[in-house]
Amino acid sequence: MLVIKDLKASIGGKNILKGISLTVKPGEIHAIMGPNGSGKSTLAAVLAGRELGEVTGGTVTYYGKNLLEMAAEDRAKDGIFLGFQYPIEIPGVSMVNFMKTAVNEQRKYRGLEPLSASDFLKLMREKKEMVEIDSKLANRSVNEGFSGGEKKKNEIFQMAMLDPKLAILDETDSGLDIDALRIVANGVNKIKRPDNSFIVITHYQRLLDYIVPDVVHVLYDGRIVKTAGKELALELEEKGYDWIKKEVENSIMV
Amino acid sequence: MEKDQDKILNDVTSGEYKYGFHSDIETERIQKGLSEDVVRIISAKKNEPEWLLEFRLKSYRHWLTMKMPSWPNLKIPQINYQEIIFYAAPVQRPALNSLDDIDPELKRTFDKLGIPLGEQKHLAGVAVDAVMDSVSVKTTFRETLAEMGIIFCSFSEAVREYPELVRRYMGTVVPYTDNFFASLNSAVFSDGSFCYIPKGVRCPMELSTYFRINAANTGQFERTLLVADEESYVSYLEGCTAPQRDENQLHAAIVEIIAEKNAEVKYSTVQNWYPGDKDGKGGIFNFVTKRGICKGENSRISWTQIETGSAITWKYPSCILRGDNSTGEFYSVAVTNNHQQADTGTKMIHIGKNTKSTIVSKGISAGKGQNSYRGLVKVLKNASNARNYSQCDSLLLGDKCGAHTFPYLEVDNQTAIVEHEATTSKIGEDQIFYCNQRGISTEDAIGLIVNGYAREVINKLPMEFAVEAQKLLQISLEGSVG
Ligand SMILES: Nc1ncnc2c1ncn2[C@@H]1O[C@H](COP(=O)(O)OP(=O)(O)OP(=O)(O)O)[C@@H](O)[C@H]1O
Ligand SMILES: [Mg+2]
Repeated sequence: MLVIKDLKASIGGKNILKGISLTVKPGEIHAIMGPNGSGKSTLAAVLAGRELGEVTGGTVTYYGKNLLEMAAEDRAKDGIFLGFQYPIEIPGVSMVNFMKTAVNEQRKYRGLEPLSASDFLKLMREKKEMVEIDSKLANRSVNEGFSGGEKKKNEIFQMAMLDPKLAILDETDSGLDIDALRIVANGVNKIKRPDNSFIVITHYQRLLDYIVPDVVHVLYDGRIVKTAGKELALELEEKGYDWIKKEVENSIMV
Repeated sequence: MEKDQDKILNDVTSGEYKYGFHSDIETERIQKGLSEDVVRIISAKKNEPEWLLEFRLKSYRHWLTMKMPSWPNLKIPQINYQEIIFYAAPVQRPALNSLDDIDPELKRTFDKLGIPLGEQKHLAGVAVDAVMDSVSVKTTFRETLAEMGIIFCSFSEAVREYPELVRRYMGTVVPYTDNFFASLNSAVFSDGSFCYIPKGVRCPMELSTYFRINAANTGQFERTLLVADEESYVSYLEGCTAPQRDENQLHAAIVEIIAEKNAEVKYSTVQNWYPGDKDGKGGIFNFVTKRGICKGENSRISWTQIETGSAITWKYPSCILRGDNSTGEFYSVAVTNNHQQADTGTKMIHIGKNTKSTIVSKGISAGKGQNSYRGLVKVLKNASNARNYSQCDSLLLGDKCGAHTFPYLEVDNQTAIVEHEATTSKIGEDQIFYCNQRGISTEDAIGLIVNGYAREVINKLPMEFAVEAQKLLQISLEGSVG
């Protein structure tokens, strides 16, 4: 479904992504790990269509389409969801109104009629229960005054509402207590189907106990320097990134 | 990407004005220019009693001694009062007993504006006084209201039918000497609405005046006088539009509200005069004096305004809190886009004891718009335990616009508690992207964010109009983010 080839991107003239290749097939879960500042969020942003910097090379194909040419909102309507590392507050805009607009825009894109108010509220209720989000949160303004953990849970709730084909979760597990972590992971597992995929960006192998990835990638200095099965996450947890950095440096020397 | 942002900004801010059409209606006009003769002609056209002509002449002579105010934070071009036509009226048959008597073109005009002059139409819960150019063309639901003793009619009619009431209250809240534009209005006002709610009556429907400027080169000068007697309640709404023209047109109105003991008046405005084109050509100069007095104890006056139109807006709907325990409120959203300028705010004058006032002002600037909030909170010596809370927020879309705040505070009583909060924010690129990422287009995102920002004020509007106001906000900002 998603084929990234030699993707390069820079922000403010500084090269951040230095040639990333990655293929995600329907039903797969990919975990991306890597030290701070290695380019994980930048990759997520480029895939979601945030115009922060410049794509300087490479291609991204999504269901046969040139993803990089699509506007951010069209990517979203076409099933790409980004769970933000730092969700944004929109004061005065109710979650209900926000989600209703989003869901109906997506339906319009797919040639469906907008949901009636009662059908929409039913959908809200269903998904709220599914991801165990507090009803009160869904009645407030978008992320306004939410705690860090509440914001993350709200991202999962929105994901459930929008039912994406490809969800990119950027450190959705950071700042969560144990219960919230379980809730978030359960949310993902409930939404997961053979025809949708996840890219899960995380620093902690803990999350991967709940969400079992098919592959784990290590992103380091704008490159994917290692790809292996889920045991890689355990190894990283134990040993940190130093050995990988060394491996990379050695391989460059050779 | 900078470019894209600019383009979106442009697209959003260059939304077309939807009411800019002009109707071909036979119009009677007097010669242009202003003089004592013109004042007499207007009065004669309306068959006015002597006392009213005297009032006009007094006002005119006073106006001659005055200068246009220079303190607003506005760039106002020179206005040549000899080039303005001070009276224009659609020609129609005299007695308007039923809807069928209205000129069909006139009726079509108001239909097009979404203001049905028939009473069975969708605005069934709203009585409308429709004013075109200088005269009121139709007031709906008069009979229904009359059964409860409520008077709702055009100002001219009130002068004819209820002269004592008009004489007793006119000019008591906004004297003819009040300011340059108030004096001008007092000299040449043509029509407007009059409303009287008798003791103990809760008005069962929204009352509304709809102002339409149609004729070219004319000024519109209407007066509204609203009297709420003891224990009464009324919610009043005013709307306005004008055709799209290259010349500026002057609108200088007066609104006076009197609230007696335990009375409550809610006055809402959705102001959508033609704002001029995106290069700043044309548009209405909207110089309006609106003031209410909470005369009796426990009375309450609440102003809500959504100001999206006009090239230049100069208005400060105010409350004189004379009765003990009376309350004044001002909720405002003012949008300036393209080259629009607004200097608007309120005055809350605390005279009685335990008087309370609330000010919530939300400015939105886009394009090259300049938006100023100007507010006075004055607490007089005897106004013990007065309270005021003011909140002035500014939202900037793009970096070519401006927001300014001028709060004035005069407190002569130690027991007063006055709070003032102010914020300035920008619509963040990150907020827009967050919406984009959920499948919401940039235009819709701006609409959502702006409406979220203005929600506190919009919520104060009567339900039917809140939806309208939301759409209007979105349209008036179409094309404006960066
Ligand atoms: N808007 C920006 N302007 C300048 N530099 C930026 C910008 N955004 C990201 N960068 C830089 O790009 C690099 C990669 O950042 P990115 O946020 O992708 O890292 P990350 O892998 O997600 O890190 P973390 O684990 O801390 O979230 C960093 O050096 C960061 O400083
Ligand atoms: Mg990151």
